[in-house]
Amino acid sequence: MSAKLLEAKSITMQFGGLKAVDSLSFHINQGELVGLIGPNGAGKTTVFNMLTSVYKPTSGEVIFLSEPTVSLKPYQVARKGMTRTFQNIRLFKDLTVLENVLIGGTKDISYGFFSSILQTSKYFQQEKALKEKAIELLAIFGLEKKAHAPASALPYGEQRKLEIIRALATQPKLICLDEPAAGMNHQETHQLMETIAKIRKDFRLTVLLIEHDMKLVMGICERIIVLDHGVKIEEGSPQVIQSSPKVIEAYLGAEDIH
Amino acid sequence: MKKPLLALIGLIFVGFLIDLSFDAFIQLTLIYVLINMILAMSLNLVSGFTGQFSLGHAGFMAAGAYASAFLSTIFPMNPGPMQFVYFLFYAIAGGAVAGLAGYLVGLPTLRLRGDYLAIVTLGFGEIIRVILLNTKTVGGARGMYGITGPTDFTLGSWTISKFLIGYAHAIFWVVACFVVIWRIIRSHHGRAFLSVREDEIAAEAMGIHTTQTKVRAFVLSSFFAGVAGSIFAHYANYLNPASFSFNRSVDAVIMVVLGGMGSLSGSLMAATIITILPEALRPLQEITGVDLRMVIYSLALILLMILRPKGLMGTKEVNEFWRKYVRKTS
Amino acid sequence: MQDFIQHLINGISLGSIYALIALGYTMVFGILQLINFAHSDVYMIGAFAAYYAARTLGIDKNPGVSTLVILLIAAMAACSLLGFTIERLAYRPLRKAPKLNILITAIGVSLFLQYSGQVVFGADPKVFPAVLEDSVLFTLLGVEFKSLDLAVLFVTLVMMVLLHLLIYHTKLGRAMRAVSTNMNVAAMMGVNTDRIISFTFVVGSALAGVGSVLVGMKYPKIDPLMGMMIGLKAFVAAVLGGIGNIAGAVLGALIMGLSEEMVVGYLSSTYRDALAFGILIVILIFRPAGLLGKGGVEKV
Repeated sequence: MSAKLLEAKSITMQFGGLKAVDSLSFHINQGELVGLIGPNGAGKTTVFNMLTSVYKPTSGEVIFLSEPTVSLKPYQVARKGMTRTFQNIRLFKDLTVLENVLIGGTKDISYGFFSSILQTSKYFQQEKALKEKAIELLAIFGLEKKAHAPASALPYGEQRKLEIIRALATQPKLICLDEPAAGMNHQETHQLMETIAKIRKDFRLTVLLIEHDMKLVMGICERIIVLDHGVKIEEGSPQVIQSSPKVIEAYLGAEDIH
Repeated sequence: MKKPLLALIGLIFVGFLIDLSFDAFIQLTLIYVLINMILAMSLNLVSGFTGQFSLGHAGFMAAGAYASAFLSTIFPMNPGPMQFVYFLFYAIAGGAVAGLAGYLVGLPTLRLRGDYLAIVTLGFGEIIRVILLNTKTVGGARGMYGITGPTDFTLGSWTISKFLIGYAHAIFWVVACFVVIWRIIRSHHGRAFLSVREDEIAAEAMGIHTTQTKVRAFVLSSFFAGVAGSIFAHYANYLNPASFSFNRSVDAVIMVVLGGMGSLSGSLMAATIITILPEALRPLQEITGVDLRMVIYSLALILLMILRPKGLMGTKEVNEFWRKYVRKTS
Repeated sequence: MQDFIQHLINGISLGSIYALIALGYTMVFGILQLINFAHSDVYMIGAFAAYYAARTLGIDKNPGVSTLVILLIAAMAACSLLGFTIERLAYRPLRKAPKLNILITAIGVSLFLQYSGQVVFGADPKVFPAVLEDSVLFTLLGVEFKSLDLAVLFVTLVMMVLLHLLIYHTKLGRAMRAVSTNMNVAAMMGVNTDRIISFTFVVGSALAGVGSVLVGMKYPKIDPLMGMMIGLKAFVAAVLGGIGNIAGAVLGALIMGLSEEMVVGYLSSTYRDALAFGILIVILIFRPAGLLGKGGVEKV
C-alpha cells in the first residue's frame, strides 16, 4: 500500500454562474501514473490550475505531501515539489533553450545576490553544476544540440518537450502534464509516451497526465479519472474505463472516439 | 574583478584627456551623458529585463538627489583629496533613500500589470515631486541652492580639476551600474527577472517568487536612479522639483526603448544620442528662429516605434554583433 | 452651508468637464486597451481651434449663445479631425505591435502636439474669447446660480444624452460595443473594426473639444501645455470609475471634481494636484478594476 501523495477534497471552481469544476475528489499515490481525461471543456485544465494554486478553488481542499496547499502561492507549490506544463505552451520564448531549463533550478542555487555581482567561486561552481545538469536533462529528449537556440525557434513538438524538461529541472515529486502530445503526429506521440514512462522510472516521479484523446493514455496509465462538465463520472483501471457506458456516452455526446 | 577595474582606470584616463582638451560646456554635457547612462541602464533593469513598465523613474532620481544634497549639508564635504570619498558616501546614501522609496512604491503596486503599473508609477513620481515642492527645508518651489560640488585641488605640483573629480565619480558609477546589472542578468537571480518578463505564470510554476523578484528589480533600479540623482545634484549645485517632472521620466523611457529593451549597450548608446541630440540640433534653432528640437525629437520617437520597434539593439549586446561579424568574416 | 452648496455646484461643474474628457480615454481604452496619452493634447488643440475661429469670425468680443454654439462646433470639428488623423497615422500601423510600443507612440504623439503647439501658437498663455456673459441668473437659498456653471452643466448633459443614444440606440453604437467586447469576434461577424475604431476616436475627440470650450469659457487662459494636468485628472477619473466603462467615467469624474473642490475649499490648494494621484493609487491598490469595472481572470 503506497502513501497518498496528493489528495483533492471536493474542490469546486466557479466562474460567475458557471461551475467549471464541481466538488471533485480524487487522490494520487506515490509513484503512480494517473490519467485525467474528458472531452473538451470538461474542466481538466481548471483542475490543474487549482492543484498548482494558479486559481484558488471556490471551495474544497488540496493536500500535497500531507499539507494543505490552497492558501499557498503557485511558486510555493512548485518549490514543494509539484510542477506542471501548459496546454497552450508557455515557454520563455525570447530566452534560449538552456536558459529555459536553468530557470527551473531554484533549488540548486544557494549563492546570493552579492555572490553573483562579485562572481565568487561559489557562483561559478553552482552555475557550472546547474548547466551540466540542464544539458543532461536536455539530452534525455535529444535537445542538447539546440541548447543555445531561442526557445521560440524550436518546432512545435520540441517546444512541448522543452516544457517537460523545464518542469523536471525543478526536481518535482509530482509532475502534471497538460496535453503533452497535443499537435503531435502518431509516431511522435508514441515516442513521447515512452519517454514519459522512462523519466518516471528514472526520476521516481509521480505523474498526472491530462489528455482528451482516450487511446493515448490507455497504454501507459495505471488509473484513469474521467471528467465531464466539471464532474467526475468514472474512475478506475483502463479496462474499467474502456467498458464504462458513462464514459462512452460522454465521449460520443461530445465527439467521436479517436 | 580585473576587467571592470581596468575599464575604470582606462576611462578615467580618457577623462584626463578630455579635461585637457575640451571646454566647460562640453565637459558638462559629458557629465549629463554619464548621468543619463546610469538612469537608462537602471530603468532598463526594470522595464527591459523584468518587463515592468515604469513611468516614474524621475521620482526616484529626485529622491536620491534631494537626500544626497540634504546629507551634504549635515556632513559637509572636506575639499581636499578626500572629496571622492565624500561623493561616494553621498551617492550611496542617496541611492539607499531612493531604493527605500522604490521598495515602498514597489511592494503594493507591482501586483498591477502593464498600463496600470505605468500609470501608478507616474502617479508616484508626481507625488514625490509635489511633496518636494511643498517641503520648505529643501527649498520648496524655489529649489535648493549652493549644493556642495567638486572643487579643484592641488596634489604636489599637480592640479586635479573639479571636472576630473566629478567625471571620475560619475564614470565609477556608470561602470558599477553596468557591471552589477550585467552580472546579475547572468546569474540565477537575473534569470528570474527575465522569466518574469517572459511569462509570469510560467515563472511561478518554475518556483520563481515573482512578486519578490519584481520588487528586487525595482529596488535595485531605484537605487541607481538615486545615485544618478546624487551625481546630478552635486555637479549642477542646484536642485529644483521641476527638474524631475514627468518629462524626465519619459526621457528615460525613450532612452531605454531607443537603445533596445534588454540591451545595456543599447542604453549606453541611446543615452549618448538623446543627451547630445538637442545640443547638436541647436544650430537649427539659430537658422529657423524657432525651437524645433523637441518637435523633431518627438516625431523621431513616433517613427522609431513604427519603423524599428525593437530599438537600435533589440535585446542584444554589442559584443554579440561583434561575435557574429567575426564568425562571418573568418 | 451656503459655502458648502457653492462648492458642491463648482465641484459638479468641474466634474462634468472632467467627464467629457474622461469619456475619450475610457472609450479608446475600452476598444484598444490603450491609454491614449495624446487625448489631453487633442483637447488643447480644441481650445486653440475655438480661439482662432472666434478671432477669424470676429466674434471674440461678442458673447452669447450663438458664439458658444459656433465655438463648440469649431472645436469639435478640429478635435475629431485630429483624433481621426492620429489614429490613422500613428496607432493603426501598430495594431499588432506589443502594447508597450503603442503606449510609447501615444506619449510621442502627445509630446509632438505639445511642442508643435509651442512653436505654432507660442508658449505664452492666450486669453480665450468671452463666450458667455458671466451673470447671476438666480439666487436660491442664498446660493448664486451663475450662467457659466449652468451652461457647463447644460452642454455636458446634452452631450451625455447624445452619447447614450449613440451607443445604446444606434447600429453604430452596437458595433462599437461589439468591438470593445471582442474585436476578433466582431470582425468575424462582419463589423468593419477599423472603421469603428476610427469612429470611436472621432467621438471621443469631439467630446474633448466640447470640454476645451467649456474650460476656456470658465478659466479663460489657454496655452499649449494646458492639457497635461487636466488630462491626467480626467484619466484618473476614468480609472476610478473603471476604465472602459462609460458610466464609470462620468461617476469617477464627478467624484474627482467634487473632492478636488472640497480639498481646495476646506484644506489647501497646494495639494490639489497630488489629490488626483492619491485617489488613483488608493483605487489601484485596493480595487484595480475601479468602482464600476469588472476584474478579469487571466486564462491559463
